[in-house]
Amino acid sequence: MHYWNREAECVDRGELRALQSYRLVKSVHHVYENVPAYKKKFDEIGLRPDHIKGIEDLHKIPFTNKTDFRDNYPFGMFACPMDQVVRVHASSGTTGKSTVVGYTRNDISTWAEMMARTLGAGGTTKGDVVQNAYGYGLFTGGLGAHYGAERIGASVVPISGGNTKRQIQIMQDFGSTVLCCTPSYAQFIGETARELGVDTSKLPIRAAFLGAEPWTESMRREIESSLNIDALDIYGLSEIMGPGVSYECLEKKGLHVNEDLFIAEIIDPETGEVLPPGEKGELVFTSLTKEALPLMRYRTRDITYMDETPCACGRTFKRMHRIMGRTDDMLIIRGVNVFPSQIETVLIETEGTEPHYMIVVDREGSMDSLEVWVEVSPNMVSDEVRALEGLERKISAELHSVLGINCKVKLVEPKTIARSEGKAKRIVDRRDLYQ
Amino acid sequence: MKVSQLSVFLENKSGRLADVTRALADAKVNIRALSIADTIDYGILRLIVDDPTAAKAALSDAEFTLALTEVLAIEIPDVPGGLAGMIDIFAESGINIEYMYAFVGTTGKNAIVVFRVEKVDDAIAALQKKGVHILSGDELHSL
Repeated sequence: MHYWNREAECVDRGELRALQSYRLVKSVHHVYENVPAYKKKFDEIGLRPDHIKGIEDLHKIPFTNKTDFRDNYPFGMFACPMDQVVRVHASSGTTGKSTVVGYTRNDISTWAEMMARTLGAGGTTKGDVVQNAYGYGLFTGGLGAHYGAERIGASVVPISGGNTKRQIQIMQDFGSTVLCCTPSYAQFIGETARELGVDTSKLPIRAAFLGAEPWTESMRREIESSLNIDALDIYGLSEIMGPGVSYECLEKKGLHVNEDLFIAEIIDPETGEVLPPGEKGELVFTSLTKEALPLMRYRTRDITYMDETPCACGRTFKRMHRIMGRTDDMLIIRGVNVFPSQIETVLIETEGTEPHYMIVVDREGSMDSLEVWVEVSPNMVSDEVRALEGLERKISAELHSVLGINCKVKLVEPKTIARSEGKAKRIVDRRDLYQ
Repeated sequence: MKVSQLSVFLENKSGRLADVTRALADAKVNIRALSIADTIDYGILRLIVDDPTAAKAALSDAEFTLALTEVLAIEIPDVPGGLAGMIDIFAESGINIEYMYAFVGTTGKNAIVVFRVEKVDDAIAALQKKGVHILSGDELHSL
């Protein structure tokens, strides 16, 4: 059995509950005293920090939503002054403003611990060469995996995403044993290796830690056979920390939640009521040790269920099933979160366009494609193809700058986009990623 | 001097062109000239008709997206070098031709070519200086 921190990961559940209670009370005081937005939330319902005596009082705390980040953009949700913040990251927001997150030195250390547990659960040790093909930058994937691998003492190859032939070359030349990237990129690396005639069974690569987008068991089987590895699912979101919030062990039967650091709840997205283990609902996290950005009952919009039965690996942390869907219309395309409202905002703001659109997402091989169909209005139409092509390029460039990914803009005739009861169906996702 | 051309946006789907021609037929509109510019996904159908107002109304009713563009219909001697001479006039005057297409009908011995140019008023002046006959809308529609 592989553990990075056996003591923490196999903790007695009674002790864990006591630790969670203690840390929760501390965190509640921290947010109430240092984040005006939380003080306001608490005061509005007459909740005082001393009303929260332990985990049994968790349900009294109001939820936090992504909109709280927008309303307090950029740093308003931070609970400590900027001179203690050593890092910021950002992810997509629902409109033009991104969701900004911050970390103190201790937070970065906690995150490295989470990722060390994640990588350790798949057998990563200091003897490994970790090829980190997550993107480095504002996205948390790159640096998150990087710090975790360094914490273990493995040799990190910070190659970042893209340039697949080079990825395979380095995999061969450096003898990479561990790969970190999105599942679709792992699939693409496998396909490309095959096309290049590389015998993957001869490569020392042994395990891959794949996250940042939903995937399926059939994708797992394909990746495992094409690269001859164990492919493990990892979960996280930047608001909560980044990758490593929960992680699979080699049993591959759900993702262990780092429960000493976060409390995970499943709620009914309609009523907000907490659901018992095994029931499907929205995943909600409360951070227990975070300093810069502590969050109370943050609604992830991800749908899953919890399994509290013991795992054969010996870890006592409960497991969440792989993500089964979303309660909002967010799409994850090539690992990047995309909200249809971002696309709509671009169309409204681009001169000469109208926000009659449809988003078509598909997967060709392992590559996601994003098409935005825009209905041509009378003031857009021209007698010249050049003008229409120019308009397509302009919208596409604008979308690229906002979303951070390439998309194809396709002009279509008016009324192409089906309208049902006055409300347009704006998203067609032909990938079948939620199981 | 300038003639109205209808530019209709059409997706590359079977039957769309037929929908346009059917709508025009029902409105008793006669098509005098047409050309299509296309890309992979869509095309622009350019039409000169005998009654642009009726055509626009009929196509708008059928929920087509269209624009009206002003083009020049020019009489060109129907002999070798006729078109070359005309294009020389544009080149000498520094006027870019965006696109052009031939008209279905003729006036006696002359062909008619539809030109869409960049600087339409400059083009008219240059052509008139050379004594080229530019057809008016009425002349064109009554052919």
